[in-house]
Amino acid sequence: MSFFRTENLVKYFGGLAAVNNVSFEVREGEIFGLIGPNGSGKTTTFNLISGFHRLNSGRVVFKGQEIHRLPTYQICRLGIGRTFQVVKPLGRMSVLDNVIAAAFARVNTLREARDLALETIDFCGIVPVQNLLAKSLPIAWRKRLEITRAMATRPALLLLDETSAGLNPTELLQAIDLIKKIRDNGTTIIIIEHIMHVIMSISDRIHAINFGQTIGEGTPQEVAQNKAVIEAYLGTDYA
Amino acid sequence: MKKNLYPLIFLLALIVLPLLLRQEYYQHLIILFMMWVIIGSAWNLLAGYTGRVSFGHAAFFGSGAYAAGLLTYHYAISPWWGMVTGGLLATAVAFPFGWITFRLRGAYFALATLALNEVLKDAAKIAEPLTNGMVGILIMPTFSSKLPYYYIILFMMVLTILCMRLTVHSKLGYYFISIREDQEAAESMGINTTRYKMISLCIGTFWTGLAGAFYMNYMGFIDPSVVFSLQDLSIAAVLVGIVGGVGTIYGPAVGAFIMIAVQEFFRSGFFGLFKYFADKTGSSAFTTVSEFVKTAHTLGFGLLVIFVILLLPNGIVGDWPKIKRKVFRIKPEN
Repeated sequence: MSFFRTENLVKYFGGLAAVNNVSFEVREGEIFGLIGPNGSGKTTTFNLISGFHRLNSGRVVFKGQEIHRLPTYQICRLGIGRTFQVVKPLGRMSVLDNVIAAAFARVNTLREARDLALETIDFCGIVPVQNLLAKSLPIAWRKRLEITRAMATRPALLLLDETSAGLNPTELLQAIDLIKKIRDNGTTIIIIEHIMHVIMSISDRIHAINFGQTIGEGTPQEVAQNKAVIEAYLGTDYA
Repeated sequence: MKKNLYPLIFLLALIVLPLLLRQEYYQHLIILFMMWVIIGSAWNLLAGYTGRVSFGHAAFFGSGAYAAGLLTYHYAISPWWGMVTGGLLATAVAFPFGWITFRLRGAYFALATLALNEVLKDAAKIAEPLTNGMVGILIMPTFSSKLPYYYIILFMMVLTILCMRLTVHSKLGYYFISIREDQEAAESMGINTTRYKMISLCIGTFWTGLAGAFYMNYMGFIDPSVVFSLQDLSIAAVLVGIVGGVGTIYGPAVGAFIMIAVQEFFRSGFFGLFKYFADKTGSSAFTTVSEFVKTAHTLGFGLLVIFVILLLPNGIVGDWPKIKRKVFRIKPEN
């Protein structure tokens, strides 16, 4: 039984096929990169997996269970956490309260939720800002809060949508460390990233899409030499 | 413990107060104040914590009042039994309403509640065989003294505030606020947003209906224009919440106190000041002004709301640290 797979995902927005026949399989414990130029359908794929959009056709199977008809909150409870490319902090709550609210997905009392939240905050390294209001955070901390909140729901599979965008070089290194730490702690990761050296250095395998269609899959080295991928990123002259 | 000190002192004061303050007029005002704390808190749970503003809370207040009144009127069942029925009927009205309208966001949900308010008001006017229409419903009050009512509503108010505090400091509260802040983020955190919005609505409307049923018992008379009143109930509930502070436990209490105070200040013609002048000078101008001032309490409250929104956007309780800093020049603790 595969850990997670998508089968022939198709999503139309009006007449436009945002995602067209995308299939991939993710093995437990790996970091799986999803790359493609702007507008190629990466975030739409995440929205399909996490139930924000409904599929036109295809299947999403997680631990042997079809999940593409389930509502978003149930998908989260089954163990798929996600972050948003455009971060969504719960602004007028403290960072700690943000994470507590997420931790309630796994426990019922405030005491347990608080413990779980503090543990996750420590793990993700946002202790220094835990008592600040979420809306007062700069972007690097907001991105981290997104990850922390998703981690507090104790996911088996974590979808990271451009969590490194907008970070400076130091913050970028910290972000990479955190992502590796999360993987080493037993959470499988699918990651969307535009910064090539990040995705190339941390992914075990990469799936490349363009115009909603698969153009290549393999190890980072294989994908970097893939003609269709080079064409999509650099144009036909370089392919 | 320090957090609970002021509410406890206040509660003790409210218990002792009617024994010292024997005039029925003041007891009446405090009863109304406590009823408004309940309505304001109930409104605040949905609007302040869950972020779904209702412009039609009179719909639930009126449903509760009519539930209690009609049981007595048609079946001679004690209106005190109607109290629970009132809460339940209000919730029963809220349930299908929420089911349908919670897919609306922002102002559209607020407009839907406004519509519900008007629909129920007209329904109560038209359904004469059941509700007596505009003639209204008159029942015999159970007690002639105000004291029993005073302690009943005090008890209900304490229950309401305890209920709000328990709710807000639990999973429910965290979920409500998450939904207010960002519904999509809330969904991705495993929150069934539809379900928790319904829970928030149902808790809030239950207490509102209960307050309505109490009103029936206390006043002994209701008609559609009183208990489904847009400006005196639905909008007043919004104002109580905004002035006191949305999304705070004790905000509605402060808002209710100010509303009753402003209302009586105007109704009494600035505590009889105008009447005093009119009598002294014999001038008919003062008599006329005094008549106008009596009906201007809505205006006064409107001005107050503008003032609060401009200077204290989080309400008096929500912006309390700011007030302390500005007025008493106290440095904030952290």
